[in-house]
Amino acid sequence: MLAKRIIPCLDIKDGETVKGVKFLGLRSAGDPVELGKLYSDQGADELVFLDITASHEKRKTFVDLVRRIAENISIPFTVGGGINALEDVAVLLAAGADKVSLNSAALRNPGLIEEIAKNFGSQVITVAIDANPQEGQWICYLNGGRIPTEKILFGWAHEAQERGAGEILFTSMAHDGMKSGYANDALAELSGMLRIPVIASGGAGKMEDFEDVFVKGKADAALAASLFHFKELEIPVLKQYLHTKGIPVRRLY
Amino acid sequence: MKVVIIKYNAGNIFSVDCALRRIGVDAVISDDPALIRAADRVIFPGVGEASTTMNYLRSTGLDQVILSLKQPVLGICIGQQLLCSHSEEGDTPCLGFFEEKVVEFRPTHAREKIPQMGWNTLENMSGPLFEGIEKESYVYYVHSFYAEIGANTIASTDYILPFSAALHKDNFYSVQFHPEKSGRVGEKILRNFIFGPMEGAEGGVYAG
Repeated sequence: MLAKRIIPCLDIKDGETVKGVKFLGLRSAGDPVELGKLYSDQGADELVFLDITASHEKRKTFVDLVRRIAENISIPFTVGGGINALEDVAVLLAAGADKVSLNSAALRNPGLIEEIAKNFGSQVITVAIDANPQEGQWICYLNGGRIPTEKILFGWAHEAQERGAGEILFTSMAHDGMKSGYANDALAELSGMLRIPVIASGGAGKMEDFEDVFVKGKADAALAASLFHFKELEIPVLKQYLHTKGIPVRRLY
Repeated sequence: MKVVIIKYNAGNIFSVDCALRRIGVDAVISDDPALIRAADRVIFPGVGEASTTMNYLRSTGLDQVILSLKQPVLGICIGQQLLCSHSEEGDTPCLGFFEEKVVEFRPTHAREKIPQMGWNTLENMSGPLFEGIEKESYVYYVHSFYAEIGANTIASTDYILPFSAALHKDNFYSVQFHPEKSGRVGEKILRNFIFGPMEGAEGGVYAG
């Protein structure tokens, strides 16, 4: 049976994980490869690395990092941040990334999704959507949630699918960081209307939140960051819990 | 141990090379028929579309090179599909080494997403490729097309319906999943293929 996926997300700046990630026993807590390997050994099903480097010159550092991840980690990984053109995707895939995540670039230039799908296949494209509920509508945002657009979550997710996205990663801005659970109603609606997998993001605070996002939110995968980075929840414990709740998770690894 | 990864117009070859290096194997990536024929093990990997990749193999003559191989060969993902008789993807006649046909998943329920993307379990495993792999171990899949269950099936996975997770006949082995992305389970399967008593191997049970 296809397992529900647990996906830690790492923010990368200038080739290192951003400050605040506390992990004892690592040679360098700042090394994304070390942290990624640790998560992989603990049973993470995939990894997401988001490059939040501001300067263009440091971009090469991220590509070098992607190559090191591919060389060292034996589970699939997605990379995002700073992807604006087909050429950016080609470079990251050649460096060994399994998938790329598009956010603002897809909103600004939806045709990019088609271009990537045609050249590399839908399976490499995750379209990430940041949305916030306002006056009964889920408004999509640009630039890490700073600029509202006219796009509505459900319409945009459907459009992205039709243009060739392989997965949708939906972050509820209202739930992100609140640690009180995922946006399960919106997720269930999204999952029900799409024929591609949905990754839930934003709001995980405890094990029950993951159970809910898979059962009520009908998500195919759940992403979390600080919860794992600060060791508030460890993946083996989470997976054992989900297993006892009858949710299919990968436990032999 | 000389291992050659066949180079052609398909993605994911770098990932396979990385996975082999993690188990201590320095493979050569090549489309040179002489090098491929001289290898102890040949890996035929790839992510791609059936008709495009088949056309490429035919136009370069790699199709005949692959079919002529006598040493153990491992097809991965599209590699498995291309070894079958026919693929629904682009209505493509394939290499025809395995009699099984490749068809597209047909969802019967909105919850059945296409492609199958993620980790699923291996069932009904047999033979040295799966030596030491526990029942219901998870491996990583990304695919919309699958080989039907047939006489050459040596492992199955259930997604919408049971399909061939792996095939084997003579010195040819293949898997639909990605061992190079399947954690320790995948590494063990790759190790089995490289170092195990596969048919077609020197001193193996199949003389070719």
